[in-house]
Amino acid sequence: MARVFMKGSEAVAEAAVRAGCRFFAGYPITPQNEVPEYFARRMPEVGGVFVQGESEVASVNMVYGAASAGTRSMTSSSSPGISLKSEGISYCASARIPMVYCNFQRGGPGVGAIQPAQMDYLQATKASGNGGFEMIVLAPSTVQEAVDMTYKAFDLADRDRNPVLILADGVIATVMEPVELPEMKSPEEVKAIKDGKKSWACIGHKIDYKNRAWIEPGQWKTEIQQKCNEECAALYESWKKDAEAELYQTEDAEIIITAYGISARIAKSAVDILRKQGVKVGLLRPITVHPFPFYAFDKIDFDKVKAFLDVEMSIPAQMIQDVDTAVRGRKPIETCLCSGGNIMSREAIIEKVLSMKEQEV
Amino acid sequence: MSEQLIYKRTDYIQADKVAGFCPGCMHGTVMKLIGEVLEEMNLVDKSVCTLGIGCCGLQMDYMACDNITSPHGRACAVATGIKRSNPESLVYTYQGDGDLASIGLAETMSAANRGENFTTIFINNGIYGMTGGQMAPTTLIGMKATTAPAGRNAEEHGYPMHVCELLDKLTAPHFLVRTSCNTPANVMKTKNYIKKAFQYQMEGKGYSLVEIVTSCPTNWGLDSLKALEYLEEKMLPEYPLGVVRDLG
Repeated sequence: MARVFMKGSEAVAEAAVRAGCRFFAGYPITPQNEVPEYFARRMPEVGGVFVQGESEVASVNMVYGAASAGTRSMTSSSSPGISLKSEGISYCASARIPMVYCNFQRGGPGVGAIQPAQMDYLQATKASGNGGFEMIVLAPSTVQEAVDMTYKAFDLADRDRNPVLILADGVIATVMEPVELPEMKSPEEVKAIKDGKKSWACIGHKIDYKNRAWIEPGQWKTEIQQKCNEECAALYESWKKDAEAELYQTEDAEIIITAYGISARIAKSAVDILRKQGVKVGLLRPITVHPFPFYAFDKIDFDKVKAFLDVEMSIPAQMIQDVDTAVRGRKPIETCLCSGGNIMSREAIIEKVLSMKEQEV
Repeated sequence: MSEQLIYKRTDYIQADKVAGFCPGCMHGTVMKLIGEVLEEMNLVDKSVCTLGIGCCGLQMDYMACDNITSPHGRACAVATGIKRSNPESLVYTYQGDGDLASIGLAETMSAANRGENFTTIFINNGIYGMTGGQMAPTTLIGMKATTAPAGRNAEEHGYPMHVCELLDKLTAPHFLVRTSCNTPANVMKTKNYIKKAFQYQMEGKGYSLVEIVTSCPTNWGLDSLKALEYLEEKMLPEYPLGVVRDLG
């Protein structure tokens, strides 16, 4: 394991290369331009392909093609670019094509603010394109976690033959941190992964109607389409085992903060400060935001908890809908929010927790 | 006298399938030609067809080679991914005029401009087929469409788009040709052009496009023979046949 000092966007790209990603297509958009730039330099060194697509739409469809030909493939973008990619993502999900993509979120609808935010939670977890498909969505709160998640995302994508989304933000993209890079897959390992897809990948097959590779993102026959949808529903159901959360200082907590990604990292430092002041506060951080870790709420002692505080860099709050489903009205849920590219303030969280504590007294 | 096999049905098309193309449609003819060329060149087991959306997409059910359905207009982007990740494959896109020249114009122009090493088979019948006769970029002036009920007029809709000539403004494309399947002689010519395009691709020479002017009797509102007459009298003067570029 190599320990290096890297910018988040470049570390994500390097992790993908180490996981065996050999095709990347992307289109420039702030704040993740370093991702395509890194791949442009790195891919020729490992015999991989980098293409600067003419648009996000073209880029994601290049990935759809490359992944359909058996190559571990990736694209990345930021909020409005992700909307454009939804066409290709939906096709990959429908045709059961494994691919990985990353969203470094911006601050609002439309073009949004280019600064960090968490404005795409509902799009990422509920409907990343037409047709009701679902994906595993991983939400890193550090550059290290972004690296580890990217590496793992390719295995998850191949396991399920489904897209996997890394839901990051502009902070993760631009911050530099020391990271342990995962092991580089050998050329033999990369080839073995690709060869393992030979039966279904579009690489050319002997003339035979039954054994040809046929990548079908939709069906003519309604009964077959329904069967495909049922198979997908069963797959999504199976992800309960993949749900992951971090519970921090929650055992005796009276106030539990719910936050993901960079907000959770800031909230965690607020918890540390508040604990030193004797405030019984904890943090529940979804690591997978889809599947949402409902199981983690079952580990909380609702006899001790007085209230939840949902912390998001999103106005209106979005993850709160899942938190609300998990809490089921048993306790009140308050919010501490910012948006538009403003980064969550630790002081604002501390102030909110103290005011909640005071109101109860 | 011993029997000698001089012609056989291409195995590229499934024997047990009944094609769903309308009477007088030329998709079946083009599909047969592609199959024959791939068999003659011994390339079927290396070939990947990237299908557009529309009547082109109906092919998926009949052909024996690997194939993938692209989102509407994105065939050239999908083919870019497939070919770049497996350069030894023979990759072709199969697209109609709405798919290639309207919603997919950016993908088509950009792939051609990059000189991607695959082939586009472009079916130009001047109208949207599967969706029911709407106006295409290639619809003729005066030609009626369900979204131009009084006929296309230049003031409102602009002029028919000439894809080969448009791509000829780019430096990278290697082979651009417009052909038709309206006569037996033109069917043979079309077959030779497809063969040439695939040959260039296997030699790594870059982007090639074979535009095939075809009829759509159903959406032109004509019977098969009248549609052929219309093709010859109206379509071909607007879309003259011949090699637009051949860099050899």
